[in-house]
Amino acid sequence: MTLRERWRAFARGLEEFYAGPYRRTLRRAQREEDDLFLTVVLAEALGVPDPAAYQSVELLPAVYEEFHAWHRRIGLDRSPLEHVGCC
Amino acid sequence: MTSLWLLLIGLAMLAAGYALYSKFLATKIYKLDDAYPTPAHQLSDGVDYVPTNKYVLWGHHFTSVAGAAPIVGPAIAVIWGWLPAFLWVTLGTVFFAGMHDMGALWASSRNRGQSIGMLSGRYIGARGRNLFLVVIFLLLLMVVAAFGVVIQGLFISTPSSVIPAWGAIVVAVIVGQMIYRYRINLLLTTVIGVTALYALIIVGDNYPVELPDPILGMSPGTFWIVALFVYAGIASLLPVWVLLQPRDYINGVQLFIGLGILYGATLISAPDLVAPAWNDAVPEGTPGILPLLFVTIACGAISGFHGTVSSGTSSKQLDKEGDARFVGYFGAVGEGLLALGAIIAATAGFKTLADWEAVYSAFGNGGVGAFVTGGGAIVNEGLGIPVSLSATILATMAVLFAATTMDTGVRLMRFVVQEAGEVVGVKVGKWIGTAVVLVIGLGLTFSAGADGSGGMRIWPLFGTTNQLLAALTLSIVAVMLIRKRRNPVAALIPLVFVFVMALWAAIDQFGTLADDKDWLLVAIDGVIIVAAIWVAVEAVMAMRRAASEPAEPEDADEVAARGEYEASGTS
Repeated sequence: MTLRERWRAFARGLEEFYAGPYRRTLRRAQREEDDLFLTVVLAEALGVPDPAAYQSVELLPAVYEEFHAWHRRIGLDRSPLEHVGCC
Repeated sequence: MTSLWLLLIGLAMLAAGYALYSKFLATKIYKLDDAYPTPAHQLSDGVDYVPTNKYVLWGHHFTSVAGAAPIVGPAIAVIWGWLPAFLWVTLGTVFFAGMHDMGALWASSRNRGQSIGMLSGRYIGARGRNLFLVVIFLLLLMVVAAFGVVIQGLFISTPSSVIPAWGAIVVAVIVGQMIYRYRINLLLTTVIGVTALYALIIVGDNYPVELPDPILGMSPGTFWIVALFVYAGIASLLPVWVLLQPRDYINGVQLFIGLGILYGATLISAPDLVAPAWNDAVPEGTPGILPLLFVTIACGAISGFHGTVSSGTSSKQLDKEGDARFVGYFGAVGEGLLALGAIIAATAGFKTLADWEAVYSAFGNGGVGAFVTGGGAIVNEGLGIPVSLSATILATMAVLFAATTMDTGVRLMRFVVQEAGEVVGVKVGKWIGTAVVLVIGLGLTFSAGADGSGGMRIWPLFGTTNQLLAALTLSIVAVMLIRKRRNPVAALIPLVFVFVMALWAAIDQFGTLADDKDWLLVAIDGVIIVAAIWVAVEAVMAMRRAASEPAEPEDADEVAARGEYEASGTS
């Protein structure tokens, strides 16, 4: 192992030492933020009038991948949108 | 006798414990197997279950379990002389704590990383699990109340620690911003953060903060306790990345530096132990060494709190089962080292026996204050750092330990209150939950007067509760060993010893507290005694069941784990 590699390994370990104990809490906070974002983006499709729909509709294709996990998390077993048959 | 010998003998005992006894436990009792897929691999999810480098995991484990307790306990217990405290810390670490912590890791890793609470439900019964919740709540309550008092005591006895202790909060917030907002390299941020912390220590040393008396209608001590509770409440409500996470991290780095300074100074200066090896002339009112020694030093000899950390987070991150030896056993050795440092500081850091006796004039008087003054003198002699600055460094170290445990304690207690609310069908929000925790914590702290003495009087109760939790964990380990038809003696001896001492101490204290008409503590002690007897009955029944049932096949866990492992499609 060269000195450079050792240094990198040390930095990686330090990173892990910093993040490890709070990994779970941080991921959960991130997920809550993402869920809120998805709710806003999908508001119009769910029938809630959204003045920003013109902008947010462009984001729809980007969030579809997350859609299935999201609707399950908010307590809907089946997809709430007719045109998205994820399950 | 010089402290150097005590240090070297202590280090040799701990090293031999790790090299020999932990190897025996790993190969003959727990039979750790690197081929066994640990929960971190079985259930890998990148969030809770993450295979982690064993050195990093050891760092997490050690900094999570090291609070103010391994300093406070030994620094109080040397009132009976340095020898009993030294023997209990070293032998306790080698034969009790290491065995217990490694056992909790093993038990949890063999059960999909479940916590000791869940395991007690499986191995001892549903009542065992309820008991666990009660004990853990009481334990957190005592930590929060006692540590608040410990910190205010340090602020008053070492006013130079006020600026660095509160300044550390600002440093932590800035570190969090640097990492998350400005994406600055962690290594650089660490260097800047730690340098800023030590700069604050120098500033604090030059500008000690002594509050006027009264302040806002309170004595300075009362004011600090209220301020600390308010801080802990706010810290526990903020998003973790803002304060708690960077604060724990900087604190962890400071822990390693602080320990290095103290041990380095002892090695260089080797001061004499002025305190007696065995103190025949203890001050009036000092309780008997038996059983109080064994509950006064809890963390640093054996601690149930370690089992909750081992099974709560560490077991989910074990990369290989064999790492349990290093993480669990060596984690306990780390605590033992801290406790050993506290004993040396509180007995060798005084010039004469008379000086020492003046500090230890009553039971509970020495404590962390003696660690700071004594340790400060040793660091001054060994490394040439001025006495007051050395004391400030150690006081800041002790405050940071206690404060990070206190704010995390408030957060965890809030979760318990919210869960209890769910059980009775009431939704408790985080603000209400935190308010409930703060009211209960402050109520306990001020239960014996406005000076907060209620917080410190419960210290032996903390030890009792903590040992009870350790007994619960050891009984789970023992049941598992009996089911596998392995020799359970290594678990049973610490179990019986710790249990008898904890129960004896609790009954002893019950009488004293009732004489003092301290009804709140009488009630808490009563709950502890009932819980202790409950543990004993449940554990004996569980062990008898385990012994009468057919032996569990040697590879039962492995088959179950592999089955689930393969079924999950992650193999």
